[in-house]
Amino acid sequence: MHIIVVGLSHKTAPVEIREKLAVPESRLREALSRLCAYPGVREGLLLSTCNRVEVYAVVEELESGYGRVQEFLADTHLSLSSEQLTPHLYWHAGDRAVGHLFRVASSLDSMIIGESQILGQIKDAFEVAMTHKASGLLLNKIVKKAISVAKRVRTETKIAETAVSVSYAAVELAKKIFSNLNEKTVLLIGAGEMAKLAARHLIANGVRQVRITTRNVQHGLELAQRFNGTAVPFDDYKTELADADIVLVSTGASHYLVTADDVQRAMRQRMSRPMFLIDISVPRNIDPAVRPIDDAFLFDIDDLHMRVEQNREDRLREATKAEQMVIEEVSVLGQWLQSLEVTPTIVALRTRTEEIKRREVDKIMARLGHLAPEDRAAVESMASAIINKMVHGTMVTLKAEATSASGAAYVDAARRFFNLEETPAGYTSGHAEGPDGQGTGVSNGTGRLPDTSAVPHPIKEQGRRVR
Amino acid sequence: MASVFFMLTMTLYFASTVCYLAYLLRRAETLSNVSLGITAMGFATHTVALVARMADAGQTQLPTFHEALSFFSWMLILVFLAVEFRRQLHVLGSFIVPLALVSLVTAAAFRSDEVYSLQPVFKTLWVHVTLSMLGTVGFAVAFVAGVMYLIQDGLLKSKRFNVLYAKLPALDYLDHLNQQSIVMGFPLLTLGIISGAFSAEIVRGTYVNWNPEQTWAMVTWGFYFAVLVGRLTIGWRAKRAAYLTIIGFAGVILTLIGVVLKSHGSVS
Repeated sequence: MHIIVVGLSHKTAPVEIREKLAVPESRLREALSRLCAYPGVREGLLLSTCNRVEVYAVVEELESGYGRVQEFLADTHLSLSSEQLTPHLYWHAGDRAVGHLFRVASSLDSMIIGESQILGQIKDAFEVAMTHKASGLLLNKIVKKAISVAKRVRTETKIAETAVSVSYAAVELAKKIFSNLNEKTVLLIGAGEMAKLAARHLIANGVRQVRITTRNVQHGLELAQRFNGTAVPFDDYKTELADADIVLVSTGASHYLVTADDVQRAMRQRMSRPMFLIDISVPRNIDPAVRPIDDAFLFDIDDLHMRVEQNREDRLREATKAEQMVIEEVSVLGQWLQSLEVTPTIVALRTRTEEIKRREVDKIMARLGHLAPEDRAAVESMASAIINKMVHGTMVTLKAEATSASGAAYVDAARRFFNLEETPAGYTSGHAEGPDGQGTGVSNGTGRLPDTSAVPHPIKEQGRRVR
Repeated sequence: MASVFFMLTMTLYFASTVCYLAYLLRRAETLSNVSLGITAMGFATHTVALVARMADAGQTQLPTFHEALSFFSWMLILVFLAVEFRRQLHVLGSFIVPLALVSLVTAAAFRSDEVYSLQPVFKTLWVHVTLSMLGTVGFAVAFVAGVMYLIQDGLLKSKRFNVLYAKLPALDYLDHLNQQSIVMGFPLLTLGIISGAFSAEIVRGTYVNWNPEQTWAMVTWGFYFAVLVGRLTIGWRAKRAAYLTIIGFAGVILTLIGVVLKSHGSVS
C-alpha cells in the first residue's frame, strides 16, 4: 500500500489551470466518491483552494495509483485533457507525500509563507473526507499529524507572527502603539485602495470607531456604510484629528493635507495621548515635519514597505527552522507507518513468542534438573507447540489480510495485542515486500528522504512522471 | 542557614540576569523560559533566606539596611512574577531582574552576621521601613516602565524595527504600567512617611526635624504627588511621564543613599 499525492499549486500551474481544477465545496462529496470508486484507491482526500488542488490517496500500487489519480483530476473539468495537465503536476509517494502535506499544512508551500488560512482549509477538506468515509486509518493518522505539525510550527517558530503586506504592516505598527485597538478611533482621509484595506484590517483587529472623510460626499457615505462608520464633511478633517487615535491618509492631493501645526494642535487637545499617522499617498499628504512631534508617530508608504521587507526575511529564516521540524515529524510518522508493514510484524511476533518460550523453558529446566535429555526435549517441544498454535491464527490472518483494505488495521491491532511496539532494527521501508512477494506495507515510491536536503521542493523536485 | 540561601539567591539572580539580557538580544523566545525558571528558583531561595534571617533574629522586623534592601529586591521579583504570570511580559524580566540583582548585591555589601535586637522604642520602626520600601518598589516598577517606554518610543520614531522593538510591548501598555505603579506606590510612600514621623516622635520627641534625609523624602513625595496630579489632570502622560518617573526614581535612590550614609555615620 502506498501513500501518494498528485496535484498542482501556484508554483507549478497558472491560475487558468488552477481555477478549472478547483472543486467547489458543493461538489466535493461527489468528487470524493468518484475518486474512491477507482479500483486500487483505498483512501482519498481532496484539497482544493485557490492556490492548489491536490489529491492525497492511499493506493494499492504506485504506478497505477498515480495514473488513476491523474485521470481523476483530468476528469474534473471537461475541457482539460490529461496531456494538458501533466506538465503542471507533481507526484510524491511515501515519506515525500507525507512531508509535502506537512509542508503545505505548515504554510511552508504557500504563496505567502506563514499565512494561516491553509490549515483551516486542510481541516475542512479532512472533515469532508471523514464524513464521507473517504479517508481511513492511514490518511486519518497522517492528516491529524499534519495538523499538529502545523500547530507546532506556528507556536515554535515565528513564521506567522509578522505582517507581509503593506496594509497589514499598518496594523502591526498600531499594535506596538496601542495594546488594545477596541476603543480606538480611526480617521480615514481619502479612500485609496490600500487605505481601505488597512482600515479593514484594523477593524478586523478590533477597531470599532471609524470616521471617514472624502472629497466626494457620496463616496464617503458609501464607505461609511461599508465600514459601519460615520462620514464626516471633508472640510472638517482638521478638527477631527484630535479625536483620532489612528489617522489613515490616502488621497490624490498633490500637497500636504496634514501639516505639523495641525498635528501639534491636535496633540495639545489630546493631552499627549499617542497618535498614529499613516500616509499611504504618493505624493505624500502628511508633512514629514510631523515626525519629530512627541507622541505622534508618522509612517509613510516607504516605512511600511521597509517593514514588510524585513518581515519577509524574518519569515524565510523561520521557515528554515520549520523545514527542520517537518523532517523530524516525517521520520516519526515514518516509524509508525513502517510498523504497519506485515513482514516486520510477523518477524517481531516470532521473535517475541520465541523469547517468551525460551525464558519459561529455561526457568522450568533449572528446577527439573533430574530429567533425562529426551524428556527435556519433550517439554521443550510442547512449549513450542503451544506457542505456535497460539499465534498461528494471527499469522495467517495477517498474511491473508495484508492486501485487503483493512490490512493496516489488523497489523496495528496485532502489534498492540502482542505488545510489539518497537520496529525491528535494521528494517527500512525500502524493502516492503511481503514473504510471498506481494507488496505489503507502506512502501516509499521515490526512495527514502535524502538525509539533509530537506523535504523536496515541488518545483525543484518534480517527482516522477507516469509513463 | 540564612547566609547560604542568601548567597544562593544572589547566584541565581545573577544567572537569571545574564539569561534575561541575552534574551533581549536574541530572537529566540525559549531563553525566557529558562530565565523565568531561574528567577522563580531564586525567588524561592530568597524567601527562605528572608524567613530564616527573621527566625534567627527572633523578630518579624527589618532592623537593618541589609534586610530592607533584600526585602526590596524580593518585592521587585514578586511584582515581576505577578505581571509575568498575568501578561506573559517576558521582556520585563530583562529590566527588573537586573535591578533586583543590583539591590541584592548592595544588600550583601551591608550584610553583617550579628543580629541587632532593637531597643523597644525602635520596635515600631519596621512599619515605616516596610511601607516606604513597598512605595519604593512601586516607583522602581514605574521607572522600569519609563525606561522601556523611552526605548520603544525611540525605536518607533527612528523606525528601527529590531529584536528589542519586537519584544517590547505597546507604548500605551507601558504608559499604563507606569501609571499603575505610581498609583500603588504613592499612597504606600505617604503612609511610610507618616509612620516614620510617628516613629521619630517616639524616638526623638519630634515628628519632623528636617534633616537632609527627611527633606529629600519630602521633596520626593512632593515630586511624585505632582507627577500623579499632572497625569490625572493635565495629561502628563506618555513620554513626559516616562521622563518624570525616571527623574523621580533617581530622587528615591538619593534618599536611600542619604539614609545609608546617615545610619553608618551614626554607627561609627
